[in-house]
Amino acid sequence: MDRQQLRSPLGRAVGPGSAKEGVEHWWAQRVTAVALILLGLWFAASLVALAGADRAQVLRWLHEPLPAILTILTVIALFYHGALGLQVVIEDYVHSEWLKISSLVVMRLVSVALAVAGIFAVLRIAFGG
Amino acid sequence: MVEFTLPANSKVRAGKTFKAPAGAKRVKAFKIYRWDPDAGANPRLDTYEVDLDACGPMVLDALIKIKNEVDTTLTFRRSCREGVCGSCAMNIAGTNTLACLKYIDEVKGDVRIYPLPHLPVVKDLVPDLTHVYAQYQSIKPWLQAETPAPDRERVQSVDERARLDGLWECILCFCCSTSCPSYWWNGDRYLGPAILLQAYRWLADSRDEKTGERLDALEDPFRLYRCHTIMNCTKTCPKGLNPAKAIAEIKKMLVARR
Repeated sequence: MDRQQLRSPLGRAVGPGSAKEGVEHWWAQRVTAVALILLGLWFAASLVALAGADRAQVLRWLHEPLPAILTILTVIALFYHGALGLQVVIEDYVHSEWLKISSLVVMRLVSVALAVAGIFAVLRIAFGG
Repeated sequence: MVEFTLPANSKVRAGKTFKAPAGAKRVKAFKIYRWDPDAGANPRLDTYEVDLDACGPMVLDALIKIKNEVDTTLTFRRSCREGVCGSCAMNIAGTNTLACLKYIDEVKGDVRIYPLPHLPVVKDLVPDLTHVYAQYQSIKPWLQAETPAPDRERVQSVDERARLDGLWECILCFCCSTSCPSYWWNGDRYLGPAILLQAYRWLADSRDEKTGERLDALEDPFRLYRCHTIMNCTKTCPKGLNPAKAIAEIKKMLVARR
C-alpha cells in the first residue's frame, strides 16, 4: 500500500467498483470440471481398451462417430477448463498490470490454437481416407 | 510478482534476552517480534523468559505480565481479555488466533509471537487495520430497507433468525483474512474471508432489502472470486466460525440468480 497517497482508505478499498462479472467464469469452471470427470473416465477406459493395438486399429477406432465426437468434446472441455484455471493463476500471481494483461491474452490465444489443432487432428483422422 | 522473501529492511534479526527471575521452576520462553518505527532498525525477535507459576494460563496473561514487569516498551492491542473484542489477534506458534483464548500449555517449546501476517506493522504486535476497516465499510454493514420502519421491531421468524447463527458471532479480529494466501497476494482488491462473512451476514438477513445491490457489488473476479477454498480461514478462526462456507453461500446465491 502506498502511504504517500492522500486518497481516503474507503476510496482505495472501493477502487473502480465491482466488475459485475465472475459468476459465469466460476460456473463454467465447475461445469467443465464435471464434464472432464465423465469424459476423462471414458477417454482413460478407451486408452486401456486400445492398449497393444497397432496404428491402424487406433485410426479405425477414431474413425467411428462416437469416439471421434467424444474425443473432440474432451479436447474442448480440457482446453476451456485449462484456460479458465490458468487465468486464475495469472490473476493471482502476476501483479504488474501490462504483464498480466499480455500473459492473459497470450494464454487465451495459445489455448484456442491448441484446441483447434486437437479438433483438426481428430477430424482429419475421422474423415480421412 | 509474488515475493517469497522479505525485503532486506524487513528481515527479522535476533534480539535481546530477558532471563527469568532466579528460582523460577516452570520457565517458558516467549520469542516476540519487535519493531519500532522510530528506531530505523530491522525487526528483531526478543526472548522473554516467564515463570509460569507466577503467570495466568493464557498467552495474553504472559504478554501483560511482560509489559507490566519486564519490558514496558512491548506494544500490543488488548481489551476484553475474553475473546469478545478481537483486539489481541496475533500469530502465535504459527497460527493466527486471539492471545486471550490461547493457552500457553498448548504450545510446545518456545512461544513464538508475531503480528498478523501480511499487514503493515505499526509497532511490535500492532498491525495497521486501516484497509480492512475500509473494506468492511465498503460492504455497507448495516440494515438497508425500503420498507418504512415499523412502530415496533422489524420482526423475524425463528427460522429466519437462525440463519444468522454462525455469522453474527464474528468479532472482526481478522485472524482469517490475514491467514488467507489469496488475501496476502491480492488484499488490495480481494475482500478476504472476514469481510465476505460479514457481507453474507447481511445477505442472509431476512430484514434486509438490498440483496441484489449487495450481490452486484460483490460479483467481481477480485472482490469475491479470489477465494479458492483454501480453508485457512475456517481452520484458524478463534471463534470456531466458518468463513469459507459463508463465501460458498455467496457464490451459490450468485449462480442461483443468473
